[in-house]
Amino acid sequence: MASSNIEKDFKSSSSRAFVGNYKSPALVDRFFHVLTAFCSFLIIAVIVGIIFVSLKESFPAISQFGFVKFIFSTKWDPVREIFGAGVPLFGTIVTTIIALVFSIPLSIGIAIFVTELAPQKIRGFIGGAIELLAAIPSIIYGMWGLFTLAPIMANYVEPFLQNSLGKLPIFNLLFSGTPIGIDLFTAGIILGIMIIPFSASIARDSILLTPQILKESTYALGTTHWEVIKDVILPYSKYGIFGGIVISLGRALGETMAVAFVLGNKNKLPTSLFDATTTVTVKLANEFTEADKDLYLSSLFYLVLLLFLMSFIILAISKYLIYKSKRAKI
Amino acid sequence: MKGLGYRKFKNYFFSSLCTVMTLCGLFFLAFILTDIIIHGINGVNIELFLKDPAPAGVEGGGLRNAFIGHLFITFFAVIMGVPAGILGGTFLAEYGRNSKFAKFISIFADIMVSVPAIIVGTFVYAIAVKPFGHFSGFAGSLALAIIMFPIVLRTTENMLSLIPWSLREAAFALGAPYYKVIFQVVYRGAKAGILTGVLLSLARVIGEAAPLLFTSFNNNFFSTDMKKPIASLTVTIFQYATGPYDTWHTQAWAAAFVITMTILAITITARYIIRGIEK
Repeated sequence: MASSNIEKDFKSSSSRAFVGNYKSPALVDRFFHVLTAFCSFLIIAVIVGIIFVSLKESFPAISQFGFVKFIFSTKWDPVREIFGAGVPLFGTIVTTIIALVFSIPLSIGIAIFVTELAPQKIRGFIGGAIELLAAIPSIIYGMWGLFTLAPIMANYVEPFLQNSLGKLPIFNLLFSGTPIGIDLFTAGIILGIMIIPFSASIARDSILLTPQILKESTYALGTTHWEVIKDVILPYSKYGIFGGIVISLGRALGETMAVAFVLGNKNKLPTSLFDATTTVTVKLANEFTEADKDLYLSSLFYLVLLLFLMSFIILAISKYLIYKSKRAKI
Repeated sequence: MKGLGYRKFKNYFFSSLCTVMTLCGLFFLAFILTDIIIHGINGVNIELFLKDPAPAGVEGGGLRNAFIGHLFITFFAVIMGVPAGILGGTFLAEYGRNSKFAKFISIFADIMVSVPAIIVGTFVYAIAVKPFGHFSGFAGSLALAIIMFPIVLRTTENMLSLIPWSLREAAFALGAPYYKVIFQVVYRGAKAGILTGVLLSLARVIGEAAPLLFTSFNNNFFSTDMKKPIASLTVTIFQYATGPYDTWHTQAWAAAFVITMTILAITITARYIIRGIEK
């Protein structure tokens, strides 16, 4: 890059040539350079620190239970000191799947609406409003879920689902049990609402990258608006849309407070979506300060380690997809 | 090729479907906000800010301890997280520009922005609570600072890269060393953008409860000692909302109302500034 060469030349010469109040500007400059580099390096320090600390703290649990036994065991017994992550991991995965099933169509629909269908004047407003969903803190979602959404789910939505879809095979298992509102299903829906803005805004950004000329030449063939969206815009922006979905997946995995309100903390494998159970984050939030024995705390740190590795890998994949979508050429 | 009527029908159908989905999203936003306003506004009174909590189950009292504690925790988090973020972002956009190391850090910072907050809480518990044997306000601030740091770092990086190179070159030509160029030209040009990053990170951490659960913990009494456990609004909301008393619920809603409105005000201000920069 030409500008960087110029800048290099200037940097070396200017440091020598400058005569000012400072005795040695080159020294101050070197100090500032090192200071800023150190601050940016703190990111790596934090990541390495998190991995190191959770490995170290979970070491007793890792050596006691191993990996496969820990993630598949459904026993969590603090009294007899037997710990397994089966239930919280299962709960995390199920709530995340419900959240994705709920949020993917909504966020893609929203992204298409604000980029292609909405009148020009209200696009910015609607996009901004949807992004405000991300500004509401998770504890507020949790409260709203507990006091407002859970009763609605228990009294209207869940009985309705049982009486309609619940009559079909497979669904009758998923929707069995007494609807109480404090369950996997409600938790998944709240998570789904929370992650809409993340996938919607990234999908919107990548749809906007579609070259105008591609769209116009397709319109010139006499296609309808929807055909352009379906056959040109969506295929063009698929990596970005997918990357946004993966980011929202990472968000849903690690969400704590919103789920803690509406899931209870019951270490039992759920048999239906209307069962209370627990997730990794809910277990941590509820039990971390109560862990009185070393192995107990160590097992909780083992959960932290698993959660960190899962979200780190998922977020890295999403970054890769979004990076790829920005480099896509016609 | 299907008939034109069918294709037109499909067009209308899917367009309306997308519209309905957007209305759905807006409906949830409106639902949550009106719910908070309806439940929260009754509990907001002068006592909420000026009185400490009454004994459990007794009417009256306020959340002065939680408001003050929250301000303290956030203040120290800003002091720790914001300068580090701005300086780190400066490195990525200036000294380390185009280097592999800077790109690497930039990607990791992006990942750190989305890492679950509760993990940061457990990390700080292990390094700043366990060794000292007790929860402390400073540990809470540290956890929030770790969450703010990558957000400030990334926005600073982006905002500094928006400043045109010719401006820097003009200053170099006058013989200014790089750090002077950064302070007097780059920072001056990008200050609104940097402020936006700080505001957005502030909006994010004000509402965080998960990282405070194991760090600053909670305190039912008024305290300004950051070396001891200290009350925060979000942890208090969690405790009160899941508690059994109606007065607790009212106060939790009131606190939720105050915190949500504060965050929305900060976010909208930040958006407004960004729009000004983009124009």
